[in-house]
Amino acid sequence: MASESIPLAIHKGPLAVVYEWLATVDHKKIGLMYIVYALLFLVVMGIEAMLMRVQLAHANATFLSPQVFNRLFTMHGTTGVFFVAMPILFGFGNYLVPLMIGARDMAFPRLNAFSFWMTAFGGLLLYASFFAGDGFSQAGIAPDVGWFAYAPLTSTAFSPGHSTDYWTLSLLVAGVGSIGGAVNFVATILCMRCPGMTLSRMPLLAWMNLVMGGLVLVTISPLTAAQFMLMADRYLSGHFFDTAAGGSVVMWMHFFWIFGHPEVYVLIIPCFAFISEIIPVFSRKAMFGYPAMVAATVSIGFVSLGVWAHHMFTVGMPSYGNAFFVLTTMVVAVPTGIKIFNWLATMWGGKIRFATPMLFGVGFLFQFLIGGLTGIMLATAPFDWQLGNSYFVVAHFHYIIVGGILFSIFAAFYYWYPKMTGRMLNETLGKWHFWIFVIGFHLTFDFMHIPGLLGMPRRVYTYEAGRGWETWNMISSIGAVFQAVAILLFVYNMIVSYFKGAPAGNDPWDAWTLEWSTSSPPPVYNFAAVPVVQSRRPLWDIKHPEDPDWKYE
Amino acid sequence: MSAIPVAVPANETPWKLPSRGRVGMFCLIVAESAIFAIFIAAYIFYIGKSLDGPTPRQILRIPIFTTICLLSSSLTIHWAIAALRKGKTGSFAAFWFITLALGAIFLAGTGREWRHLIYQEDFTIQTNLFGTTYYSLVGLHASHVIIGLIALTIVMILALLGKVKQEHWERCDVLSLYWHFVDAVWVVVFTVVYIVGR
Repeated sequence: MASESIPLAIHKGPLAVVYEWLATVDHKKIGLMYIVYALLFLVVMGIEAMLMRVQLAHANATFLSPQVFNRLFTMHGTTGVFFVAMPILFGFGNYLVPLMIGARDMAFPRLNAFSFWMTAFGGLLLYASFFAGDGFSQAGIAPDVGWFAYAPLTSTAFSPGHSTDYWTLSLLVAGVGSIGGAVNFVATILCMRCPGMTLSRMPLLAWMNLVMGGLVLVTISPLTAAQFMLMADRYLSGHFFDTAAGGSVVMWMHFFWIFGHPEVYVLIIPCFAFISEIIPVFSRKAMFGYPAMVAATVSIGFVSLGVWAHHMFTVGMPSYGNAFFVLTTMVVAVPTGIKIFNWLATMWGGKIRFATPMLFGVGFLFQFLIGGLTGIMLATAPFDWQLGNSYFVVAHFHYIIVGGILFSIFAAFYYWYPKMTGRMLNETLGKWHFWIFVIGFHLTFDFMHIPGLLGMPRRVYTYEAGRGWETWNMISSIGAVFQAVAILLFVYNMIVSYFKGAPAGNDPWDAWTLEWSTSSPPPVYNFAAVPVVQSRRPLWDIKHPEDPDWKYE
Repeated sequence: MSAIPVAVPANETPWKLPSRGRVGMFCLIVAESAIFAIFIAAYIFYIGKSLDGPTPRQILRIPIFTTICLLSSSLTIHWAIAALRKGKTGSFAAFWFITLALGAIFLAGTGREWRHLIYQEDFTIQTNLFGTTYYSLVGLHASHVIIGLIALTIVMILALLGKVKQEHWERCDVLSLYWHFVDAVWVVVFTVVYIVGR
C-alpha cells in the first residue's frame, strides 16, 4: 500500500507556514511544538550542567563565581522540571492520546494552543532574566535561590531586586499552561474515546496520561497558591513567611513540597506510559497484568500526595511526623515495584528485539530500579539526616530523572519519530547514542553517590581539597562530556533522518495500538472513518482475525 | 492513506461518553479547590498566631445578609437552567438576572466591609498575620466571584439579545457549575473566617 500523502498543489510562502504553526489548534502540531521547545531547553540545561561540572571538577576552582554558580543550579533545576520535562511529556501526550483513542483532536483544541503558548512564554520570561539587569556578561539577575526557592531567602530582605520575581512569575504563567493542558487530557480521555474503547480497553498510555492529568490539577495549584503568597510577601508587605510577624518559613517548605513531590510523579507517570507501550511491542507479547498496571498507577497517584515531607526530614518535625512520612514513602514504592515486575513479566518468555527503543527501555528498567532503591534508602529518616542535602540526594534524583525519565523519552523518540515524520531514525546512530550515553550517565551519576556519602553538600560552588571528593567529582565531570556527545549524536540523527531516513510506512514496528493504523505522519484529521475497537490491541485483531484478543479479555 | 475500518459489533450497548464541557469544568473546579485548600490551610494554621494588631473578634462583623444573597443565587441559577431546559427563555433571563444581581450585592457588600476595615479600622494586608491571611483568602474568593459575574454578564447580554435558546441549556449548566463552586467555597471560607477563626 502506498503511504505517501498526495502533495498539495498549493505552494505555501514562508509567512503562511509561520502563521499556520502560530495559529494552529491541531494537537499534532502543538505536540511537536512542545517537543521542539523542550529539546531546545534540554540543550540549554545541558550547557548549564556542563558549566557546573567544569567548576566542580577541581577543588577550590575559580572557573565560576559563587553568584553565577547559584544562578546556574537554580536555572538548571527550574528549566529541567518546568521547561524540559513537563513540555516534552505534554507534547508526546498531546500528539499520541487522540491518535491512540481514535479521536480527531483533543477535547479543547483552543485551550490546547493557549496552554502551549503560556508554557512557552513562561520559559522565555525566565530566560529573559539572564539578559535583564546587569546584562549577559554578569549573568544578569537570573534567579539564584535554588529551584525550590525557600523562604526567607526569597523575601525582599534577602533577595533584593527581581531575580525571585522572574522565578515566581514565569512559573505562574507556565503553571496556568500546565493546568490547561491537564484539563484537556482528562476531558479528552474521558469524553472522546472511539466506540468500543471502554476504559479497560484503553492503551496504558491513555490511562497514565489520565492519572497524570488528574495529578497535575491538584499538584500545580498548591505551587500557584504558594507563589501568590510569596508575591504578597514581596510586594504587599504580607507576612505569610515573615517570622518577625509570627509567620512560618517551614510553611513555604510544606506548600512547595506538597507541589514538589507529586510533581515528580507527574513527570515519571507518562514515562511509565512510554515503557508500557514499547516493552510489549519489542517483546512480541501483550502487557502482563494490565489491570494491575492501571490499579498501581492510580494508587501511585493517590499515595504520592501524602509523602511530601520526606523532603523535610532535617527540618525538625516531631517524631510522629517523620515516622508518618517514612511509612507513606515506603508504601508508594509498592505499586511502583508491581509495575517493574509486570514489565519484566512481559519480557519473560517473549521474543525480544533489541532495537534502539527497547535498548533505552531496558536501560530505563534497570536505572529506574536503582534510583528507586536509593530513594528508599533516603526514605528512612535517620539515613536522610546524614545524607539530606548532600550529593547522595543529587545522585538519587538524577538517577531517576536522567536514568529513568530521559531514557524513556529517548525510547519514545526512537519509537514514535517514524510516526511523526514518516522516516526511521538511523539504528546505527541510535545504538551509538545509547551506549555513549549509558557510559556517560553511569560515569557521572554512579560515582556521584560517593562524595555524597563522604559528606559533600549540594549547591556548593566549590569545595576544599583533601576531603577525598576530588577524584569522584572529576569522574562525574568526565561523564558529562560523554552525555553531551551522545546528545549531539541524537540531535544529528534526528536532523539527518528527517531528510534521508528510510521511509517508515504506517507501522514499522508491527505494533498494536490505533496510531499505527494511520499514515506516517497522520493526516490532519487522523482517521478517515471513526475506528471501532473490541479489545486492547485493535491492530492485533485486524492482523490476526483468526486469533483476536477479544476472545481472551 | 488512513484508518483501516473495523467491523462494527452489533451487540454492544450504545456508546455514551460524558460531556466534555462538564468534565472540563469539574477539572477546573478541582484545580481551583486545591488553590483554595492551600489558602485555607494557611489561614487555619495562622489563627491566633498574630503577634499584635487587631484580632478577628475585635473587628470582623459576620456578613449574614450578603452570604444569604450569594447562597440564594445558587438556587436562582438552578431555576434559570431548569427554565431554559424547558424552553422558557423569558423565565431563564429573569432568574439569570436575579442571580447576577445577588452576586453583585455580595461583591458590593464585601467591598463595603473592606472599606470599613481599611479606613475605619486601619486594617490592611500588612497589618499582621490575620490581615495577610484574611485579605488573601477572602480576596481570592472575591476575585472568583468577579470572574463568575463577568461570565454571567456575557450570558445575560446574549440572553437579552435573544441569542440564548433551549438547545444551549447544557452550556449554561456548565457555567452554573462554576457558580455553584464559588458558592460552596464561600460556605467553607465563611465558616473558617467568621465562625471558627473568631
